[in-house]
Parts: sequence; structure tokens; C-alpha cells
Amino acid sequence: MKIAAVCGSGLGSSFMVEMNIKSILDQLGINQDDIEVTHFDMGSATPDSADHFFVGQDLAEATEKLGAEKVTVLKSIIDKNELKEKVVQYLQESGRMPK
Amino acid sequence: MKDFLNVLIGIASTPALLVALIAVIGLILQKKSTSNILLGGIKTFVGFLVLTGGAGIVQNSLTPFGEMFTHAFSVQGVVPNNEAIVALALTKYGTPTALIMLVGMIANILIARFTRFKYIYLTGHATLYMSCMIAVIMTVSGFTTVPLILLGGLILGMANALSPAILQPFMKSVTGTDEVALGHTGNFGYMISAVIGKFFGNKNHSTEDLKVPKGLSFLRDSTVAITITMGIIYIILAILAGQGYIETKLSDGTNFIIYSIQMAGTFAAGVFVILSGVRLILGEIIPAFKGISEKLVPNSKPALDCPIVFPYAPNAVLVGFFSSFIGGIVSMVIMIALHTIIVLPGVVPHFFCGATAGVFGNATGGRRGAIIGSFIHGIVISFMPIALMPVLGNLGFANSTFSDTDYGVVGLFLGGLGGAGGVVLITTGIFVVLAIMVILTVFKKKNVDPAVNK
Repeated sequence: MKIAAVCGSGLGSSFMVEMNIKSILDQLGINQDDIEVTHFDMGSATPDSADHFFVGQDLAEATEKLGAEKVTVLKSIIDKNELKEKVVQYLQESGRMPK
Repeated sequence: MKDFLNVLIGIASTPALLVALIAVIGLILQKKSTSNILLGGIKTFVGFLVLTGGAGIVQNSLTPFGEMFTHAFSVQGVVPNNEAIVALALTKYGTPTALIMLVGMIANILIARFTRFKYIYLTGHATLYMSCMIAVIMTVSGFTTVPLILLGGLILGMANALSPAILQPFMKSVTGTDEVALGHTGNFGYMISAVIGKFFGNKNHSTEDLKVPKGLSFLRDSTVAITITMGIIYIILAILAGQGYIETKLSDGTNFIIYSIQMAGTFAAGVFVILSGVRLILGEIIPAFKGISEKLVPNSKPALDCPIVFPYAPNAVLVGFFSSFIGGIVSMVIMIALHTIIVLPGVVPHFFCGATAGVFGNATGGRRGAIIGSFIHGIVISFMPIALMPVLGNLGFANSTFSDTDYGVVGLFLGGLGGAGGVVLITTGIFVVLAIMVILTVFKKKNVDPAVNK
């Protein structure tokens, strides 16, 4: 399973979201041996480059090419509670975590 | 023993191995598994080589650009692009840059631990680029070896703690929280925009009440944005330089318009490669820095990259970009009239920094604040490079330069002192600023104490 955070330049914001996702997975005690978390710039991300994408609200419009069902839009990329809620939701939907 | 020493010197003078070693130390400190340490070290090593490879591609595009520009205008033309200039500089200043970055991160942690400036600067690429500029300016000013690295690292750590601090009052009104700070190399410009917004704007008429056309999000794709703007710039330049000149002197017979488009694409390709390299270099180092700083400075505030404020005012992002870009174009016209070096409006700095300036202008002064604030910001980031280029030594002739405001502030501080009094004055300047930071910390503690006693 591959989760990716995406931002405009793929340098700062997406990297931060990636680190936050990793620490959430740690907190939840999820086995991460087969989970890869990474980050991309908007231009390089393609539907095949990850199983699921997390992106800030301001870029939501540009993520249409990735397919709506593969994208989670974050209202605020600095809100760790929102991120945790949405990561848990994704993990449950993909069967990685019991509901 | 002598051989061992030679190996150490060899590693230290091979920047790619040096950054890999820094990453490996970070991974060991985090107690990662041997395979992770090996993997991370190799990725970082290759990342540096990818970055310097990108420098070559960018160079291939900038050299003919420079020739076309001087042929058409008889003055130097400059494309402000941080990636391009850093990659070019790293081919020569790789070792001091890597070591200044390491010392700078340690200094940042110490400053956050012991002074009132509790900011940990997590925007790794900005730290890398700033280290590079500091390495260049201080070397040009006469610093070498240990003083270069220790004092360079100290000023980097100070800049990384101070720049979020000056913006924090406004950051609070943007995000509504004091938990997060902004760590980007345009902080000084955002502060200018916020202050202008405060005086000339009206907070109650927010940009967010406006209807703004959608469909401009392609600008967030930097490869596309760079190719388009560089394409336009190259084609105009090619027409001015003349078909005959280009096809005989530069393109080896290829049609001059086709050649221009290809060169624009080459520039974007170079930046793309450089960014991939930067991602690989930072991939292991920044999480280590984050983890270690969280342990050592538990009450620290993370200073994060500028797009974190975009969702708070998406309209101000667009308004800020356009307004800043217009400021860049106006500046260019003034430069042409004055026959100075001509700084072209770079789409990346105007987008990211201009947009952020728009968000801050809007936070203090609504739509008028966003428009005026980012327009002035656009003028500042156009003229600042002209002042900065002379202190960069040979790099001032590279046809590309640092764009964001904080490079100008730190660069002119160091370069100005260096020009006036060389090594001695720069050293004095650094310690004066450090002393001021310590004094401010002591004063704050005194102010707080009575309240605590009550």
C-alpha cells in the first residue's frame, strides 16, 4: 500500500503531511512493513503513483486527474486532528483497520 | 592513520558523501534499522548527484539565454530562480553548504531551547538554499574552514529562528492559532505586505468575498508554469536578438523560435531534476531534524512552508500572485528605462511568495491590503536581487539569482558588513544580533516573572 501527500512544488507542505501521516500510523500502532508513505509535486503525481493521495483544499481542483475516489482533501494541512480522522477513515475503508 | 585521515578528508570534500554521512548520523540517532540506514544514506548520496546533474541542464539553457539577452539589450538579464542558482553554486560550494546546514540545524535547536525564539525551521529546502547562499557570501568575504562553518551555521540558525518570529503576530491572525509558524524564505516580504495591509487596507473587505475565476490551478504545477513563462520570455528575447544572430551563433541552424521553445523546456527540465535531487537529499535529514528537535525542545513551534496558509484565503492566493507579478513587470520596465541589470519576473517566486504576501495582506487589510501589499512585495523581490548580486562574487554573473526577500535580508546583512569590514565586521555583526536575541529573552523572562509570582 502506498500513500502520498501532494503539494504544488512537492518540497515543503507535502513532506510535512507525509511526516504527520507516518507519526499517525505510529500512534495507531499500524504495521508499516508494507505501507509506504511518500510525497509528490502536483505535476508528477499520476493515478498510478500511489494507492491514495492526501492534498490541501487549495489544490483540490487540480487533483481531478487522480480520480476523486483516490483523493482525500484536507481543509487545513496543519490540523493534525483532521488528518488523523481522515487517515483512520481511509485505513478503515481499505480494510487495514477494523471499523 | 594517515590513510584513514585521507579518507576522512576525501569524504568531507565530496559533498555527496558528506550529505549522505549527515543523513546516516540522523538515522543512527533515531535508532533506525541497519537496512534503513544504508538505504537512506545511499538515497541522499545519489540525491546530491542528481541535483548537480540538474545544474548542468540549467546551465545549458542559461548560457544561451545570457548571450541572447546581452546581444538584444547590451545589459545582463537575470532569471530569479532559487533552484537554478543553488544548483550552480553547489557544484563549487557543496562542502561548506552541507556543513553550514548541519551546524545551522544544531544552532536552531540550541536557540529554540535557550532563548524566547522557540521556532524550529522545518522547511528543509529553504534551509539548504540559505546555507548555500551563506557559504558563498562568507567565502567571498574571506572566511575559510572552521570559522566559515561555525559562524555560517550560527547565522543560519539565528535567521531560521528570527524569520518566523517577525511574522508570528500576523501568522496568528491568518491561522487563528499560535501553535504553528511560517518558515519560508519570503517571511520578510510577507511582513511588509501585512504591515502595508494594516495601514492602507480594510480588514472587513476580505478577498474571500470576491468571485475569482477558477481554472488557474495549472500554475501550481511548477514544470508547466516555468515552461510557459520561460517560453514567452525566450521567444520575445529571440525576436529581439534577431533570427540571424541566433541561427548562426547559437542554434546551429535550428529555427530560432523552435530553439527558444526547446531552451525554455530545458530550463524547466533542469529545475525538475534539481527538485528531484533536493527531495532525495532532504528525505532522510528533515525527519531526523524534526524528531531530534521535538525531543530536545518539547515546547517548540514548527515553522512550516508557505503553502500552509493558502487554504485560509484561496482568493488572496490568486490576487497576490497577479499583483506581485505585475509589480515584477513594472520593475522590469523601470530597469529597462534605467539601463540597470534587468531582473525578469520569475513565475515561481511571484507565485509562491506573491501568493503568500497576498494572504498576509488580506489578513490585515482585506482586498486592498492583498493587492497593494503583494504589489509592493513584487517590486521588492525584483530590486533586491540587483543589490544582492554584487556580494555573490562570480555567482553574480550566472544569469540566475536568489529571489525571495529573506535571501536579500541575510545576504545584504552579511555582504554589506563584509564589504565594509570583511571577516571582522561580519563576525561582530553576527554576535551583536545574537546578543540582542539573548537580551530580548532575558527581558521577556523578567516581564513574565512578576505575573508568575502573583
